[in-house]
Amino acid sequence: MNVPGYRSAPAAVASGPAIRLEKLCKQFFGLPVLQDISFDLARGQVHSIIGPNGAGKTTLLNILSALYVPTTGRVLVEGQDIAGIAPHRLAARGLGRTFQNLKIAFNLSVVENVMLGHHLQLDGGVLAGILGLPRLRRRDGRASALAAELLDFVGVPHGRGLMPGALSFGALKRLEIARALMAQPRVLLLDEPAAGLNPQETLEIKVLLNKLARQAITVVLVEHDMKLVMSVSHNIVVINYGMKIAEGSPEHVSRHPEVVAAYLGAHAPAGAAA
Amino acid sequence: MAEITEHALPAAPDVARGRRIPWPWLLVALAALLPVVVPNAYFTAVANLVLINCVLAISLSIVLGTTGQLSLGHAAFFALGAYASANLSGTWQWPVLLSVPAATLTVGLAGWLVARLFLRLSGYYLAVATLGVGVLLGIVLRNEQRLSGGPDGMPVATLDLFGQTVSERGWYGIFLTLLVLVVLGARNLLRSPAGRALRSLHDAETAAMTSGVDTAGYKIKVFVISCALAGTMGALYAHYAAFITPSATSLVRSVEYVMMVVIGGIGSVAGAIVGAIIVTLLPQALSGMEHYETLLIGSILLGSILLLPNGLVPELTRRWHSFRSRRP
Repeated sequence: MNVPGYRSAPAAVASGPAIRLEKLCKQFFGLPVLQDISFDLARGQVHSIIGPNGAGKTTLLNILSALYVPTTGRVLVEGQDIAGIAPHRLAARGLGRTFQNLKIAFNLSVVENVMLGHHLQLDGGVLAGILGLPRLRRRDGRASALAAELLDFVGVPHGRGLMPGALSFGALKRLEIARALMAQPRVLLLDEPAAGLNPQETLEIKVLLNKLARQAITVVLVEHDMKLVMSVSHNIVVINYGMKIAEGSPEHVSRHPEVVAAYLGAHAPAGAAA
Repeated sequence: MAEITEHALPAAPDVARGRRIPWPWLLVALAALLPVVVPNAYFTAVANLVLINCVLAISLSIVLGTTGQLSLGHAAFFALGAYASANLSGTWQWPVLLSVPAATLTVGLAGWLVARLFLRLSGYYLAVATLGVGVLLGIVLRNEQRLSGGPDGMPVATLDLFGQTVSERGWYGIFLTLLVLVVLGARNLLRSPAGRALRSLHDAETAAMTSGVDTAGYKIKVFVISCALAGTMGALYAHYAAFITPSATSLVRSVEYVMMVVIGGIGSVAGAIVGAIIVTLLPQALSGMEHYETLLIGSILLGSILLLPNGLVPELTRRWHSFRSRRP
């Protein structure tokens, strides 16, 4: 089954990694949060970035979505340096994201919140909006149909006619994924999509991630739920104290002595920690 | 997935209202008949004031209701439009039909400058900054005798159409038409993708940004449009009243516009109209009570803010809906 809005063919065919980090450093007021981080994220795979609390994962995600500017180093999205690019321009380059702490407009309906993700494809500007151009309305109608499909896809079909305040936390998390998918991103950054969810909801997120992977969407997952990370990831990057300490397949990473010591805790068996 | 796409989508709750009676157009028709039914020059003059304030309240409500930016300088933009058009048509002998659009552009440009300077600020800071702009303009207008006639004000050319000066009733037609256009534009905007993006800014600005919304650009555009609209009304008012004084820039005026929006319901177009009607008519209705007038107005305002914090129109709509849904 395809992700609604995507064509059946893989989204992008150009060569090279989806995301490349080159010697990335970030300091806040002189305090180093990320130090000398380099890695490539291959296209069409699920990549997880893991690490203990405060390791710098969300900072990394915020740099990837241009909300933060790196102190030094480069970020290449599909081969292009994103230095100096305004965050709202990244969506046009095929990058979408969700947020650890929900960012939902509670004064808009659920469908409208999802449609917000389609902004680039819809945007007729303020003046076109004032004039109420029929072209714009037709496109908006199609967008609302796609939004409804995506709500079904992420498993919130009951949300259609509701306001976000009426939805559970888990449903709102998936609403954010639907909103991000609205723009048909080639790279999707997910910041702790399973945080605060019960095991059943986490399982649904896992199913969803597998569907995204089959659509060849590059997923960058920041997540604490190790079971989820280990089961869906093709590749895992481990960060501790702002430094990359390991990278590779789930098997490789879970046996990596530094990871076991620093992140999972010396006494915990790999894959068991949450 | 095919069966899902073919589902009939349930209409959003706000769209599912009754479509049988076109109430808004009925109201417009009634309003259009007003000067015929009540052929009293004083009433028509008051009605004109109401219409002008309706447009101003809507222009302010769109900014406050979407991006949450409070402008305490709207009276200044109104006055700037008035003086710009007055000078262009007076000193430079431009035809009024040209000086009004030119004044609109001037005020739009001024709004853009203010936006570029101050829209990084939010909340109280922006309110204080726009307040400062209003105070500055007031000082300039009182002192630049050549441009403004000083504190006593200046006469303004009247609008002549088809060889005669536009009458009180003629102006009523102009203002009413303008209000209808502004209401339609505002409703279109709020329902458009751009409006959706604007309405999301209050809760989810970052999410809007990562969805590709140029949030800063949108804020500036809406602010500029709002200012330009205030400028248009100012320019038209100047030619309508044929006289303009610097008192139009006063803080009290700006606060009045904010009151209209707050009483009616922030972000609601209908609310802005209701608020403008109330705030404009109250002093007229209470004018017989001389000393107690201000006290009464203040009490009514306080009461409405305390009892109806969401504003009159959203609150009444909500109660009406819950009343309707309780019926079998």
